[in-house]
Amino acid sequence: MNTALSWIKAYVPDLEVTDQEYMDAMTLSGTKCEGYTRLDKNLEKIVVGKIEKIERHPDADKLVVCQVNVGTETIQIVTGAPNVVEGALVPVVLDGGRVAGGHDGSPLPENGIKIKKGKLRGVPSAGMMCSVEELGSSREAYPEAPEDGIYIFQEDVEVGSDAVEALGLHDTVFEYEITSNRVDCYGVLGIAREAAATFRKPFYAPEIKETGNDEDVHDYLKVSVEDTDLCSRYVARMVKNIKLGPSPKWMQRRLAAAGIRPINNLVDITNYVMEEYGQPMHAYDYDLIAGHEIVVKRAKDGDTFQTLDGQIRNMDANVLMINDGEKAVGIAGIMGGENSKITDDVKTMVFEAACFDGANIRLSAKRIGLRSDASGKFEKGLDPNTAMEAMNRACQLIEELGCGEVVGGAIDVYPNPKTPLELPFEPEYINDLIGTDLSEEQMLSYFPALEIGYRPEDRMLIIPTWRQDLLRKCDIAEEVARFYGYDNIPTTLPSGAATAGKLSFKMRIEATARDVAEFCGFSQAYCYSFESPKVFDKLLVPEGDALRNAITIMNPLGEDFSIMRTTSLNGMLTSLATNYKRRNKDVKLYEIANVYLPKALPLTELPDERVQFTLGMYSDAPENFFYMKGVVEEFLDKIGLQSKITYAPDSEKSFLHPGRQANIIYEGEVIGFLGEVHPAVADNYEIDSRVTVAVLDMPGIVAKASYDRKYEGIAKYPAVTRDISMLMKKDILCGQIEEIIEKKGGKLVESYHLFDIYEGSQIAAGFKSMAYSITFRAPDRTLEDKEVNGAMDKILAALEELGINLRK
Amino acid sequence: MEHMLQKIREAAKAQLEHADSLDKLNEIRVNFLGKKGELTAVLKGMRDVAPEDRPKVGQLVNETRTAIEDALEATKKHLESAAREARLKQEVLDVTRPAVKTMLGHRHPNTIAREEVERIFVGMGYEVVEGPEVEYDEYNFEKLNIPANHPAKDEQDTFYINKNILLRTQTSSVQARVMEKGNLPIRIISPGRVFRSDEVDATHSPSFHQIEGLVIDEHVTFADLKGTLAEFAKELFGPDTKVKFRPHHFPFTEPSAEVDVTCFKCGGKGCRFCKGEGWIEILGCGMVHPHVLEMCGIDPEQYSGFAFGVGLERIALLKYEIDDMRLLYENDIRFLKQF
Repeated sequence: MNTALSWIKAYVPDLEVTDQEYMDAMTLSGTKCEGYTRLDKNLEKIVVGKIEKIERHPDADKLVVCQVNVGTETIQIVTGAPNVVEGALVPVVLDGGRVAGGHDGSPLPENGIKIKKGKLRGVPSAGMMCSVEELGSSREAYPEAPEDGIYIFQEDVEVGSDAVEALGLHDTVFEYEITSNRVDCYGVLGIAREAAATFRKPFYAPEIKETGNDEDVHDYLKVSVEDTDLCSRYVARMVKNIKLGPSPKWMQRRLAAAGIRPINNLVDITNYVMEEYGQPMHAYDYDLIAGHEIVVKRAKDGDTFQTLDGQIRNMDANVLMINDGEKAVGIAGIMGGENSKITDDVKTMVFEAACFDGANIRLSAKRIGLRSDASGKFEKGLDPNTAMEAMNRACQLIEELGCGEVVGGAIDVYPNPKTPLELPFEPEYINDLIGTDLSEEQMLSYFPALEIGYRPEDRMLIIPTWRQDLLRKCDIAEEVARFYGYDNIPTTLPSGAATAGKLSFKMRIEATARDVAEFCGFSQAYCYSFESPKVFDKLLVPEGDALRNAITIMNPLGEDFSIMRTTSLNGMLTSLATNYKRRNKDVKLYEIANVYLPKALPLTELPDERVQFTLGMYSDAPENFFYMKGVVEEFLDKIGLQSKITYAPDSEKSFLHPGRQANIIYEGEVIGFLGEVHPAVADNYEIDSRVTVAVLDMPGIVAKASYDRKYEGIAKYPAVTRDISMLMKKDILCGQIEEIIEKKGGKLVESYHLFDIYEGSQIAAGFKSMAYSITFRAPDRTLEDKEVNGAMDKILAALEELGINLRK
Repeated sequence: MEHMLQKIREAAKAQLEHADSLDKLNEIRVNFLGKKGELTAVLKGMRDVAPEDRPKVGQLVNETRTAIEDALEATKKHLESAAREARLKQEVLDVTRPAVKTMLGHRHPNTIAREEVERIFVGMGYEVVEGPEVEYDEYNFEKLNIPANHPAKDEQDTFYINKNILLRTQTSSVQARVMEKGNLPIRIISPGRVFRSDEVDATHSPSFHQIEGLVIDEHVTFADLKGTLAEFAKELFGPDTKVKFRPHHFPFTEPSAEVDVTCFKCGGKGCRFCKGEGWIEILGCGMVHPHVLEMCGIDPEQYSGFAFGVGLERIALLKYEIDDMRLLYENDIRFLKQF
């Protein structure tokens, strides 16, 4: 909201502050100022001049030479402006002065334009006559200014006086950010009250006088409200013998500063009162109101209505309408109708100031797709008591500005008048809550400027009805805190019993996951939680697969963000693809974030949010699968999953290479999977490289994890190592061999490792050779050869049973 | 005999002076002390020595042997140290050659910011808790004093799954969940992902992260809130950081405030980074609204508390001077490597 400081000062005349002081203090008391613009910025040495004589320029057809009386002297000014006439009063910038900009209205230079004596086509010129654009303003604020030419004063101003003053430009426009709870501050009066309280100056509300002739409006018009739930008050008055014309300069300028274009006295008064009180008003042409009656009621489903902007709109049974005796004439609180709008020929009009239900207006405006200035005010929920005040204020202005004859009396449909709320004044509570030690007197001193009353007999505060944000004693505490100053409140630390600061076990496991991933060269990615339903096709997920049971967002940003992901792979592959496209080499990424698995669709309870630890890498190195397996095992080892981890190649993930994938199994449960991405999927992501991924399902892992360790001692007795070299069919897995070593070797087997694997020209096709080194050790003695031989014999026998040929 | 031994000793000494390698040294050892060596030969000649002279000659032979051995050892040491010197001279590295790096991965700036905030509050005795991202309307709005049809619901541009279930718009949703459990006093922070239907651009993302803080106890004051956040700002942005509390409005706190910190680039003088203001807005906070306490079964006459919420991306963008929020979700390795 933009408002000229001069308008605020109309109600707080004692306010004497610099612009910066005003902005800072208002912001700190809760009326945030986003910034301000000085209207007289760069306007220097500009006075009212009177053109006394105009002669042709001897050498230029388009220039004239003027003698201009500037009070102290008469100076010669050469100008090309087409509209100068002898006797005109104009703003003149003198030699050495400054104007804000050029006459074409282009963006204003930071330091304005300096004006110096000079010659135009050989004729001396000692200054410049100004257009409104050169004064940094526009025809919006000065509709009487010519489209192209010098501004000419229409009222009598003193020659030689400050022209900036005469134009009302010694003013500053502040831009406010009003919070949604302060409906009253969407009106200038609300902000003025805040300014008065902030600077401890008295506030003077506008003085509203009795208006109207000796007729009675009830003889002209009948009003009934059928849907009182949506219209708590409806006030109507009438004006006849309307004389349209321009509104006075002061009103035009205040409106222009607020960003509202002046139109004519009637429209301007309506807008002025809306700005001042925050109360929108509407005017209907009385002669177009059938039956001279107003009925406020809901529309019917399927109704259409032409608003005064000419558009045809679709109504429904939740939209409140203003009707006359036959038809709808306006959408309540949103926009009037084409059929009753005020034209230049208007003679008599009905003025409406009402209070409509905020939520209904907001929802209706949204459904109809029409948000107006008025609906923007109503949707915040207005104070019904303001309606009558605003109406009377408007009628007073109509009389004062000679805009028409106000009919006596007012129609006021207000079945349940709102009375002021009373709240107990509890100074101890306030001090306890904000941590201060203020006296009662100090607290009470903040209230008068806010028009909050106090009744000492029962220590009650009387809250004005426009302060809809003051409902409980905590709200009163905030008023005290604001005007005492948040800055002045002490800073302390909570004094209660100590509490243990800690991370949950799950978060500690996730922290280890990050550490391990990063030690292994993976960098952390952040991906979106929502994605496109098309990702399932991209990942070759078959129809009917459980992964396709995804939660759908009702109002997504578009199809690409419309489902909650059930797999973390698309995010990972998309990120890898971004890197691949940008030619980043050998990229390794990880992500720790949720997938969202619905328990049933449509959703009736919250889904299962499962953290996935996802690792992804691309590189042309051949052993990526085993590198990835290494990272997985380092992590599982670090978090205490120290039993045997097995890998089952029957994982059947459609998005992975059929021969290069495995489920990761721990204590009989699948805790994740890893594999090389299917080349067709890699193609879908436009990655022309081998991509390897691993996904660990963290809830299952966290349940098994532990940071407990027990020292097992360092072996005291020597180990015995035996190597075996084997030839076997290719389809025999390391896992099978290791299972035999563990089972048959028994307790004496301390460790084993694969130290050679070979397929190729040296051995028969379809076969491979492998060599394991097995270490035996007993904790309590030096092993004897025959013990080791016994174990080895069992291992070898079992291997031979598998059809493995031992190479001696 | 004595003369002979003397000659052997001198001969060994002379040869050792010319020994220039360990092989040569060994040759000398064999020549004198070996089975067929000269000294051994002398020992063999003991048979010819008169028995009464034998002890004396034996002693002489032993002395000679020791003398030769010592000389051998000394020469060996000398040769070894000369060899080491030579090797050291040879092994000079170009220390300016590029390092062999283990290629550690990099943590995302969001996580760094999150861990930083967690560290500060865990140190002050706060427990870190999490809540669901897909959430009931009740926790995201209703229990935070934002009833149906409240304009704030529109302001937050919520993604809905259905009428009652939505993607949480704020980590404040965790407040009610924690308070409902009724384990007082409460000192928690709750980091997590939140969602609002903002189109992606340089300063907006439809999903981002917040950290919520909540303290409920007897006699908690607004002054405590100020002190806590002042400490937090100093830890996060440096010891000279000042904070400014501006009144604001949130439905679930009263009184409410927005908090600015002195610009950490110019220290508050005003620069391009802080748009000349010297202050940068970082978070919203306030005293927990008594109605929120009541809805969670906590008596506002006995207990009070404060809450605050800070955007992680906001901290990351400010601290690392990242000028485009989209970078945080692209996962370009050239971006991530800078953290």
